[in-house]
Amino acid sequence: MKIVECIEIDKTYQQGKVKVHALRNISMNIEKGDFVALAGPSGSGKTTMLNIIGGLDSADSGKIIVDGNALSEMNQTQLANLRLHNIGFVFQAYNLIPVLSAAENVEYVMLLQGIPQAERRQRTKSILDEVGLAGKYDRRPAELSGGQQQRVAVARAIVSNPSIVLADEPTANLDSKTGKGLLDMMKKMNQEKKVTIIFSTHDRMVMNYAARLLRIRDGQLVDDQVKNN
Amino acid sequence: MYLQLAWRNIWRNPRRTTVILLAIIIGVWSMIFENALMRGITVGMIKNSIATLTGHIQIHRRGYRSDPVIENSITEPEAVIAALKRILPPGTQWAARVRVNGIASNARHSSGVTLVGIDPASEAKVSFIGDAIAGGHQLQPDDPHAIVVGEALLDKFETKIGHKLVLMSQDTNQEIASKAFRIVGTFKAEMQSTEKQFVFITRKAAQQMLKLRQGLSEVSIVLPDQQESGVASRLKAILSPNGYEVNTWKELLPFLRAYLKLLDVFVYIWSLVIFIAMGFGIVNTTLMAVFERIREFGLMKALGMKPWWIVRQVLTESFLLLIIGIIMGNILAFLTVLALSDSGIDLSALAAGAEFAGMTRVIYPIVSIKDWSIANLLVMVLGLLICIYPAAKAAKFTPIEALAYT
Ligand SMILES: Nc1ncnc2c1ncn2[C@@H]1O[C@H](COP(=O)(O)OP(=O)(O)OP(=O)(O)O)[C@@H](O)[C@H]1O
Ligand SMILES: [Mg+2]
Repeated sequence: MKIVECIEIDKTYQQGKVKVHALRNISMNIEKGDFVALAGPSGSGKTTMLNIIGGLDSADSGKIIVDGNALSEMNQTQLANLRLHNIGFVFQAYNLIPVLSAAENVEYVMLLQGIPQAERRQRTKSILDEVGLAGKYDRRPAELSGGQQQRVAVARAIVSNPSIVLADEPTANLDSKTGKGLLDMMKKMNQEKKVTIIFSTHDRMVMNYAARLLRIRDGQLVDDQVKNN
Repeated sequence: MYLQLAWRNIWRNPRRTTVILLAIIIGVWSMIFENALMRGITVGMIKNSIATLTGHIQIHRRGYRSDPVIENSITEPEAVIAALKRILPPGTQWAARVRVNGIASNARHSSGVTLVGIDPASEAKVSFIGDAIAGGHQLQPDDPHAIVVGEALLDKFETKIGHKLVLMSQDTNQEIASKAFRIVGTFKAEMQSTEKQFVFITRKAAQQMLKLRQGLSEVSIVLPDQQESGVASRLKAILSPNGYEVNTWKELLPFLRAYLKLLDVFVYIWSLVIFIAMGFGIVNTTLMAVFERIREFGLMKALGMKPWWIVRQVLTESFLLLIIGIIMGNILAFLTVLALSDSGIDLSALAAGAEFAGMTRVIYPIVSIKDWSIANLLVMVLGLLICIYPAAKAAKFTPIEALAYT
């Protein structure tokens, strides 16, 4: 089943007088349960691609269908609802609300979704245990290491069973050992919970974790390979 | 959790929060206190004016008010007194006076005065003169030669208690009546002008001197509760057809009423001025706080928060700040008013200036429910309204802008 369908996507940024062609004619599909790496050098258009799939940015032309919804036909409120209920985000850094504890950060999205408190508490606790943060529920982001913060962000992204999780260079700010730990955990979540994950990276080691590798260069999709590991 | 989040957010920058709270506290305090002071001045002025021979209701012969001459006296007081006895509620005090313009003189000075003939016992319960004696003694009802004058008049005439003072005025025969009195006492009043204007002799002495027989100039009434309008209209119904005029203090003191209205307007303008000063502080600091958190608002929007939820969150934070500031400002204001409620604020040192503005020497601040709720509502409602601006700013950041922002 296709979770994401991109058809001939184009995106151009105006940078002063210069036009930057960030994405050129990109078409691809992502299947439910995929664990996909979007790989490419800096400036190749990875962030732009993820933002467009997540409904944070809009394409100039082409069509994106996420979980059956054609994004170009949706207004801001509908997009917000789609993000709230169907898409999980993990950013490179500053993922968490600093005044909330780890557990509260996870709980907060469910609060916005209108999930009752008892269920929120129970789900928060179990997801934090699964991502390896048992006993750190009440720590504020500032009291967690970079790797632990990213784990909280992943926990928050998957806690409400979204159709897809978009992670933009989730390991870029981590040392390689911590980054591997995070990726192991994400892969485990992908396999156990069947959650679809797309993450971007320019790191060869990180690419190796992916079940499928999409290579992008200068805004163009240059390679699409399925790996068996 | 929303409240908890707002609470933690406002304490992210304790110094800024303290500053903004101080601004609200001082603003609320000064609004309430200023209003209480104004109200105190107002009530003091009314009380003083009523005590200065006005009373709540006065009765005159028609024509006396526009032309207070001896010919416009009440010549048959029995009818008036009968009406009073029938209508006045229990606990009411009233006094009948002779009141004409005249000239007081001694060997060195002379000056126009208002000659007031009173019955000391009943007058004491109606006007200030009962407990205003500062030197010598009060008039005795059976002393036809005694006169009580104001301290300021005594100074002006360079005379003292025990000395003579001659009064002149026109009598009922259109002739100049003149009589020598001995100063037996002096009175002090809130205003120097009052001390210089009025001289008091017994009613009998005045009636004799002016050949008035039983005649009176006015009856002044003080009611137990200030519900003068009902009583006044009942008196009017009986006395108006017979050539008498019945007026309430509000009709008798039109200048004071206009002045009080002006003070009311002034109170509102002043509150607004304080609010504007405070409002700029609130908006600025809230804007600062919002811009510091652009990333966070962007993140929230990326997570699926709608703009309205962000507005609500910023407003919740402002609400918390406002409510804390308002409560503390109120406590401070009440403590200040409480501390001053016994002694008041003594303006004697600047008595001349204060008197020029028509104020009494001591001001007792008074908090009225109306002033109090207006001040608090103004701060809360306008405070939230102006915070819509920073809140809307916070809601307008797009996630991409915000997340690119470092
Ligand atoms: N808001 C913007 N305004 C103008 N140009 C932009 C904007 N966002 C991205 N670009 C340009 O679009 C191109 C693609 O950028 P993008 O951020 O998608 O690259 P990336 O692959 O994520 O790079 P990195 O690895 O550095 O994060 C770049 O040339 C970038 O300069
Ligand atoms: Mg990027």
